[in-house]
Amino acid sequence: MTTTSPAYRRASRPADRRVVGGVAAGLADHLGVPVLWVRVGFIVATWLNGAGILAYLLLWRFLPLATPDDAPGVESATRAGMRGRNRLGRREIAQTVAIGAVGLGVFTLLSVVGRGPSSHLLVPVLVGVVGIALVWRQLDDAAWNSWLRQTSGPGHIGRIAAGLALVSLAAVFVISEGRGWSATLDLVAAVAVAMIGIALILGPWVSGLWHDLGEERRQRIRSQERADVAAHLHDSVLQTLALLQKNAQDPAAVATLARRQERELRDWLYGDDSPAGSTLVAGLRAEAADVETAHRIPVELVAVGDAPMSSDVAALVRAAREAMVNAAKHAQVSRIDVYVEVADGGAEIFVRDRGVGFDADQIPDDRQGIRGSMVERMQRHGGDTRIRSTPGEGTEIVLTMPLRAAQEESREA
Amino acid sequence: MSELSVVVVDDHAMFRSGVRAELERLGAGRVEIVAEAEDVPSAVRVIAERRPDVVLLDVHMPGGGGPEVIRQLPGTTYLALSVSDAAEDVIGVIRAGARGYVTKNISAPELIDAIERVAGGDAVFSPRLAGFVLDAFAGTIDVAQVDEDLDRLTEREREVMRLIARGYAYKEVAKELFISIKTVETHVSNVLRKLQLSSRHELTRWANDRRLI
Repeated sequence: MTTTSPAYRRASRPADRRVVGGVAAGLADHLGVPVLWVRVGFIVATWLNGAGILAYLLLWRFLPLATPDDAPGVESATRAGMRGRNRLGRREIAQTVAIGAVGLGVFTLLSVVGRGPSSHLLVPVLVGVVGIALVWRQLDDAAWNSWLRQTSGPGHIGRIAAGLALVSLAAVFVISEGRGWSATLDLVAAVAVAMIGIALILGPWVSGLWHDLGEERRQRIRSQERADVAAHLHDSVLQTLALLQKNAQDPAAVATLARRQERELRDWLYGDDSPAGSTLVAGLRAEAADVETAHRIPVELVAVGDAPMSSDVAALVRAAREAMVNAAKHAQVSRIDVYVEVADGGAEIFVRDRGVGFDADQIPDDRQGIRGSMVERMQRHGGDTRIRSTPGEGTEIVLTMPLRAAQEESREA
Repeated sequence: MSELSVVVVDDHAMFRSGVRAELERLGAGRVEIVAEAEDVPSAVRVIAERRPDVVLLDVHMPGGGGPEVIRQLPGTTYLALSVSDAAEDVIGVIRAGARGYVTKNISAPELIDAIERVAGGDAVFSPRLAGFVLDAFAGTIDVAQVDEDLDRLTEREREVMRLIARGYAYKEVAKELFISIKTVETHVSNVLRKLQLSSRHELTRWANDRRLI
């Protein structure tokens, strides 16, 4: 297992990948199967007395909409149109429509030959479902938009109205079933008159309320966001700027301060802010920052993959720290490269400098760092240390550690 | 090599003037900034008019960001430059067609070197970009819908990417793997091509899929 996951996963509907309601995409993510299978599954289930449609609507109602949870910097860039938008592939939409059409065809065929659900219910049910989908989709978007960007506009209300109209039409179909065309017309007229009446009476009040609520919420969110940003800028950037002014005559200190601030701001804006103790990469990042500050040397950390913290991983992080500190102290270089990769049940860390190097066979016995803190610690946890160093060309320390699942480790302990 | 014409596209005036000052001081006779632009429409206009050898392109910009500029004028050589480390966006600008990616804290001599290398047809990969690329091919970064099309990296290409991510320069990669620098460059170009999809047709389709229609 290479990723952290909570005790159980909750399914959700991904807002950025839905064709209709996002139910199929969410289920596919949750079950780990291709989304096409799920869609076909819903269609096939629909042939059984419409169970598929019912299940789809229920799931739509009860699965939460998951909006892309971006870091603040990314989100704001998206809002300002600086990123370009990720659009749903046309192919996927076409595919879904095609599946739907085939499903509808089979459904109709079944009801015509009399083996499926009765055909006189087919049309009203379909009309009703389309209406419900229209309204729900709109409400989904409204809930999402209200905090992403500003909502409303005539299209928004128009689509809700169209959806409601379709649903009412379906209801009329069902109620007037078997009573002939004129009864249908009468009912439609009655419902329409009633709806117009209600809209006239309640309309202004509802729209005023709606508007006030939205406005108030937007204001509140905006002021909260502003407070967050202000607090963050004060805590970090302002302090650093003050320190920079005080250290203006010391270029190395200025560079270190600027770098630390840059890393902090970048983590906050674009990155993951997982706490230092939670994963391998977060731990390494904290140690790298520490070494950078203590030894005034940039540490360039590149990570591929990640693993949850365990006693093995903690030992690996401490060994890596020792390698970084060694490079910072002895290599006489202006930067250290650290690369960590988690794959195939193991973690590998490369700590590299282009410094003076040393002869690996002649490490003096008093150099506790390499022997005690790295080699032996790694061995105790089933890992391995390789040191490649050429005098004059630099040093690379390679730490490898097989990663066991957490349960396995605790059972052994 | 004759002097290369460069257009700087970035929405931060302070950064543009900083780059200009550095390149004028250290890059005289090698690179020359012929124009600047601050958003997508002005960038498209300036690039079409001046036809520079290399465009330094910010990733995030008003009007759709760096990828939008590349989509509108795909024939130019782009080097992406940003402070943004949102992996999807960096991979996005590379996939749109940039020949390389460097971060804004790069030193001036390194930047001049990178400009000359992309102008010469090479790809410029920083350790960070190599890490993103490995992540993208491992499926950790959610790049796009059409990712079934993403070819796998060969074992050799992966090895080259890993060494670059470890901080090795091309020369050091070549020495480590007992191959020539040209071969390293070929591997890196192949990785770039795989990211940018294998054929012109697919690239166009990919771009169309992402257009705001």
